[in-house]
Amino acid sequence: MEAAQNLMELSRQVVGFIYPNEIDIQWSILIVVYPYITGLVAGAFILASLVKVFNVKELQPTYRLAMLTALAFMLIAPLPLQLHLGRPERSYEMFMTPNLTSAMAMFGFVYLWYLMLVLLLEIYFEYRRDMIVWSSESTGPKRWLLKLLSLFSTDISEKAVAFDKKTVKVITIIGIPSAFLLHGYVGFIFGSIKANPWWSSVMMPVVFLFSAIVSGIAMVMLLYMIIKPLLGGKIDMKCLDKVASFLFYAVIVDFSIEVLDFIHRLYESEESIKILSQLVETKLFISLVVLQILMGMLLPLLVMAIIKIFKLQEEVRKLLYFVCGLLIQLGIFSTRWNVVIGGQLFSKSFRGLTTYKMEMMGIEGFLVALVLLIVPFVILAILIKLLPPWKKEELASN
Amino acid sequence: MERRDFLKHLCWVISSGGIMSGLTADAWAAILNKDYDTTKHYYGMGIDIDKCIGCGRCMQACKTENAVPAAPFYFRTWVERYVIKTDRTVSVNTLNMESVAKPDVLPEKEVLRSFFVPKLCNQCDHPPCVQVCPVGATFKTDDGVILVDSKRCIGCRYCIQACPYGARYLHPETRVADKCTFCYHRLVKGLLPVCVEVCPQQARVFGDMKSIASPLGRFTRMNKIHVLKPSLNTDPKVYYANLDGEVN
Amino acid sequence: MKDFFKNLPEQAVRVVVLFLILAVGLLAIRQFIIPPEMKDPVIQKISSTQREAAKGIKYAGAEICAQCHEKEPEIKKTGYHRDLACESCHGAAQKHADNPTDVKPESPRKRDYCVYCHQYNSSRPTGFPQINQETHNPRQPCINCHNPHNPKPPTTPRSCNACHAQIERAKAVSYHALIDCTVCHTAPEKHKSSPRTVIPTKPDKREFCGKCHDKGSPKKGVPTVDMAAHGEKYVCWQCHYPHTLGGI
Repeated sequence: MEAAQNLMELSRQVVGFIYPNEIDIQWSILIVVYPYITGLVAGAFILASLVKVFNVKELQPTYRLAMLTALAFMLIAPLPLQLHLGRPERSYEMFMTPNLTSAMAMFGFVYLWYLMLVLLLEIYFEYRRDMIVWSSESTGPKRWLLKLLSLFSTDISEKAVAFDKKTVKVITIIGIPSAFLLHGYVGFIFGSIKANPWWSSVMMPVVFLFSAIVSGIAMVMLLYMIIKPLLGGKIDMKCLDKVASFLFYAVIVDFSIEVLDFIHRLYESEESIKILSQLVETKLFISLVVLQILMGMLLPLLVMAIIKIFKLQEEVRKLLYFVCGLLIQLGIFSTRWNVVIGGQLFSKSFRGLTTYKMEMMGIEGFLVALVLLIVPFVILAILIKLLPPWKKEELASN
Repeated sequence: MERRDFLKHLCWVISSGGIMSGLTADAWAAILNKDYDTTKHYYGMGIDIDKCIGCGRCMQACKTENAVPAAPFYFRTWVERYVIKTDRTVSVNTLNMESVAKPDVLPEKEVLRSFFVPKLCNQCDHPPCVQVCPVGATFKTDDGVILVDSKRCIGCRYCIQACPYGARYLHPETRVADKCTFCYHRLVKGLLPVCVEVCPQQARVFGDMKSIASPLGRFTRMNKIHVLKPSLNTDPKVYYANLDGEVN
Repeated sequence: MKDFFKNLPEQAVRVVVLFLILAVGLLAIRQFIIPPEMKDPVIQKISSTQREAAKGIKYAGAEICAQCHEKEPEIKKTGYHRDLACESCHGAAQKHADNPTDVKPESPRKRDYCVYCHQYNSSRPTGFPQINQETHNPRQPCINCHNPHNPKPPTTPRSCNACHAQIERAKAVSYHALIDCTVCHTAPEKHKSSPRTVIPTKPDKREFCGKCHDKGSPKKGVPTVDMAAHGEKYVCWQCHYPHTLGGI
């Protein structure tokens, strides 16, 4: 059988001793993609909440874009999980008989809660007035779609719009802990596995959350810099600088927490330190030291610090922000990789390392993962077409 | 809105709570076997490291009895060979059922200690695998055996990640989680698990901890007992005698 | 309550109504349409245990064999293979037990089966009889000299290495190679048939080793030491391992 042959080859690449059942990596690249996607959702939402709850006025231009980005990625989020299940047709069982001691069982409920009661509801109240206006200006299927999306509402009076604004604020307040739960529970899924010392850590949900905030803010920043000019508008530098500022602080916090975890591990030097050191020095050297730390965190930190200190020109700043945004995406994706795949590369006997052979085709292969990462942008394009984040006047003015 | 969600969740909590109550002995007897009462048994296994000769008969028999895939990447039970050299390095290998019959080329003068360690699912009393299963497909029976319902498992592999002993694997054909069940289908008929049955040295000793006299009872009386990874508080029910500290 | 709804703007009412419809709909589906076996964990646990218990048996167990085959268990009862289950060598035999005339279990009659246990492997515990299949009566089926049901060797082994091969092989390349085991160890005859109950002796006086190793010993080429000043508290083998080169 081909699978057995692949495993035979894999077994020749094993270093040291692994339990015989450990030869196959159980959670593949799809499980790297999932926390990356929900991280973007949570991070984009936190950026949006800075506008509505913490009244950071400079960030207002990014608000609607952040919400649409969150929605676009949220719609794709269940797919990597479904595709990775051994029996995807039985996934409904999580709703029928969820095991209440399992963090994974809350996925369906948290997802539905966040999608329905936070994202969709907030987008509804945010866009309701505009949807009514646009539907009256459009014809054909678009008109009816907008009517449907606005739930056939008609009231665009001052009082109604004020109510909408207030509701958005309330939903955002509820949404912040919900976003923490949406992404934090993933961190808890890993952090609560005492069998795996790479994962088992009280900081795991916190690290997940902060790297999510970093990646979400960076993603919205990138999208803002690409989409606004594409739609004919001009980038608001005050907004961009503010976003970059928050990104800078978020990266500092995220980096500090990860460094703390690292120092703590080395200092306590528990039983697993030998195999974990070997893991980082050999299998994870490029993805952790080079991609996650150097290129994904230290370099962007340095660049953004330089921008802050030397007050560079607008065009230079834009270019550097863009580069930082890309580096951070790479870095956060590597972070997810290092956690998920890294945790499975060493044996629970602490005596050996195995390898991850990512297939190209196949339901858990590289191509599927790539598609899953691209589709949200397609969805975002559709959403932007239907519910533009900036009105024509905004695009023309600045 | 939130109130409805809460009520919904409450209904689910109550019905899931039914799993805690279990069933009466009569109901179980009616289902399984007239003479078999699950509440009257509680199974465990003892393994004497000093007796294991590493013949691999247990691995072979288990694969036959439980239709485990033949490839050497899926095991419900396996034997590890430890060689501790005089320079304090330790090398560990999983027993290969075929090469155990071939001549061994280990240089004796470098060896400080060397032995075989049979491994299997420890049927823990605080199983981390049962804790993390999202749909409750893996559960502990009243007689202390952890089973996997192959018709309900969704193949998420969380249990495989949670097991500290590497006892679980994803079955390549059914694509659900699988593991040693202490040959539960034999226990309910009063038979022994096959690994215990075919062991030539009686290195594996099986017992009912609720019975007055059982091989396991004597085993745990006469030997100093150790379990694997006790610091993880999984409370394993596979008890090792003469277990070396290098085994993990 | 009514005032609250009256004061609510129409868009909020639409949202609330939509969510109410969804919530009630989902609840109704779960309550009335979904069958109990899909949502009740207790039912699922019973059904799963039932299915596990109903799985087929492939190894019958030695007690079943004894029901028809009276001769072999009698022969086996007193020999070295008394703890060895029939199916360890004859394979899974439930099919044969169900249909004795048409289905026969396998019987290993060549040299390839006994070596799973008896081929020399340095990790096997000391005292287990092992041979080197390449030099031990090559090409002859084992059962020519050894009755598998009571495998007494055809002649009493001359030296201890039949069971203590690892010690013998280590000793054979050490300085004590030409010293016979019985020089230092007295093994009562009963040790050969009941090895764990009657154990050979070890020298209990320093003067025993001192006969060769004390300074002033007449033996040529033997490393000597002043026993009065060397390791006084201990018997020699408490530090030195005399079977290996270098005595470590």
